[in-house]
Amino acid sequence: MVGTNPLMEPDAFHLGALADPLSFREPILLGDANPMKLLHWLGQLIKIRCAEEKIGDECARATIKCPCHLVIGQEAPAVGVAEHIRNGDRVFGAHRSHAHFLALGGSLHLLLAEVLGKDTGCSRGMGGSMHLLDRKHNFFGSVPIVGATVPIATGAALAAKMDGHGGIAVSYLGDGATEEGVFHESLNFASVFKLPILYVVENNLFSSHLHISLRQPFDSICRFAVSNGVGWQRVDGNDTVAMARATERAINIARCGGGPQLIEAVTYRWRGHVGHREDNDVGVLRKEGLSEWKKRDPIARLATAMKTAEILTEDRLNSIWAESRAAVGLAWLSAVSDPYPPPTALLDRVYALADR
Amino acid sequence: MTTTYGQAIRDGFAFLLKNYPETFAIGQGLWSPWYVGSSMTDLDKEFGKDRVIDTPVSELATTGVAVGAALSGRRPIVVHPRVDFFLLGVDQLVNQAAKWRYMFGGDVDVPVVVRAIINRGGEQGAQHSQALHSWFAHVPGLRVVMPSTVADARDLLVASALGKDPVLFIDDRWLYDLEALLPPIDPTLRLIDVEPRIEVFGSDLTLVACSYSTQLCRLAAEDLKKNGIGAEVIDLRIINPLERSVLIESVRRTGRLLAVDGDWSTCGLASEVIASVVEKLPPSALKVAPRRLTLPDAPAPTSRPLEKAYYFQKEDVVAAAMQLLGEK
Repeated sequence: MVGTNPLMEPDAFHLGALADPLSFREPILLGDANPMKLLHWLGQLIKIRCAEEKIGDECARATIKCPCHLVIGQEAPAVGVAEHIRNGDRVFGAHRSHAHFLALGGSLHLLLAEVLGKDTGCSRGMGGSMHLLDRKHNFFGSVPIVGATVPIATGAALAAKMDGHGGIAVSYLGDGATEEGVFHESLNFASVFKLPILYVVENNLFSSHLHISLRQPFDSICRFAVSNGVGWQRVDGNDTVAMARATERAINIARCGGGPQLIEAVTYRWRGHVGHREDNDVGVLRKEGLSEWKKRDPIARLATAMKTAEILTEDRLNSIWAESRAAVGLAWLSAVSDPYPPPTALLDRVYALADR
Repeated sequence: MTTTYGQAIRDGFAFLLKNYPETFAIGQGLWSPWYVGSSMTDLDKEFGKDRVIDTPVSELATTGVAVGAALSGRRPIVVHPRVDFFLLGVDQLVNQAAKWRYMFGGDVDVPVVVRAIINRGGEQGAQHSQALHSWFAHVPGLRVVMPSTVADARDLLVASALGKDPVLFIDDRWLYDLEALLPPIDPTLRLIDVEPRIEVFGSDLTLVACSYSTQLCRLAAEDLKKNGIGAEVIDLRIINPLERSVLIESVRRTGRLLAVDGDWSTCGLASEVIASVVEKLPPSALKVAPRRLTLPDAPAPTSRPLEKAYYFQKEDVVAAAMQLLGEK
């Protein structure tokens, strides 16, 4: 299948060792990454983890009722990508987008108020967990119809190209969304029009309960980039440093008119498709993998590497966790006491109140 | 000099492309001389192929690209040369464009126009002939515009493109040769100020329609007038959100209602028109039970005699009106 065709080297079809949880467990390579940056990224990863654990706990208590798709275990792609987003860029997410929102600078309070359906939420309580917006931080929307934001982000890239200010679009999607026809339509479109866009496929090997081997003939998404003339990189999606580096390379190409780019971030989610449970009794081929995959923890691997490099002490690490939990707790207290949208919101937000 | 309906649409596009740099047109066939009749001829040559974009055969991505561009400060008009093929792109209009304002708190403008064309007759059959406007009129957040006059074809297109909400603009190629003298374009017209219009005044019965069906009603009203019958013709113009007061007041005066619609009956626009009126008027205000004239509940046939039987004509509107007047 793979061999003589130079377009197909390296192997765009198979994840290889990246799909094996017994590999890629060692501390990550820091390279020449700036220590301040590393501390910032570690802080972001931990903030996201703490927020998601809190949301999971409140889902378990039924304080939160709306469906929440938790990102625990796969925080790194969002943090690595956010590092290279500038004002004027437009980022779009999907159903599992809390990390995308927070990594770009979205506030804990806006997120928690939104999942509670409060008027103070990032979407004024009209969206819940699956419809997040924070245009101030370049996050232009996330929706749960699978693959729906892929062409929308592509259109944002068309607008960016028309604007000519060097802006780009980013489209986050999962491996399941690559089974939608619109993913292929969008890659083809972006390639034909040489649009400045980065597609970030977070391949966590599962769509809902089904392992990728039961849904696709090959486990790597990169083959679709090859067939559409889109530049691609496959990255250990639990390695924040590698994610940031790959994003920088891809975005530089896209910004300079080099056409669309795709990053496949190979990762794994620790909780079920939706809700707080691990659901390791639900997923086909999931029970075997989860405990092993937890050993490829993006936070532990970064922290250990930083300790070895003497950038981080155990005390500092503990205080980052404590500060993050406290910040989440404070944001939660404020969000639970916030008001719900007024009754007029039911009808007043359907159309523009003034059409011009 | 008069303008045709097809030319009026082209004039609307030219006005937008010339005066509003954030507008652009995108869709299949826009660089072809025949895909969309006379309605976009040579716009690509006049305004450039980066403002009038022909696309790959990807209805869903193209519609989504337009939605994304609209969320990013542009005012795209997506052109689908047939409603039937647009069905492949519906998610982006119904699930996305129509709901983004609401789902994100009310302040997100989605100024995208999807222009879909009804292109039927000519033995084209079931997948080249549909209108389906009632489906779309069902969706909150989506404005559905159905022009029946030359002026509306141009002016409602311009108003659709300059507003803040997503619009489905449906024009019918059976209207393209209609002619009229047009005044200059008024760019301040807003869709929210556009109401159903009484095209012909009459006191014996009310005919309510949109798009090509309104044209048939106008012609039928002329015939009825020759027989001494005063038919009032109301053109809906925008079928969602539907402004109902003009219809209700007309039927209050005439006591008789015939809803005419070039689409299917079940859960259709004609049903909505009748429900809107009977909900608001006391039974005593109606001299006879309201009636619908619609397509038969079947896909469009290809064979010539079947096709002839399928589409109602002016004479059928006249006959339905006469029948209504004959009933006690």
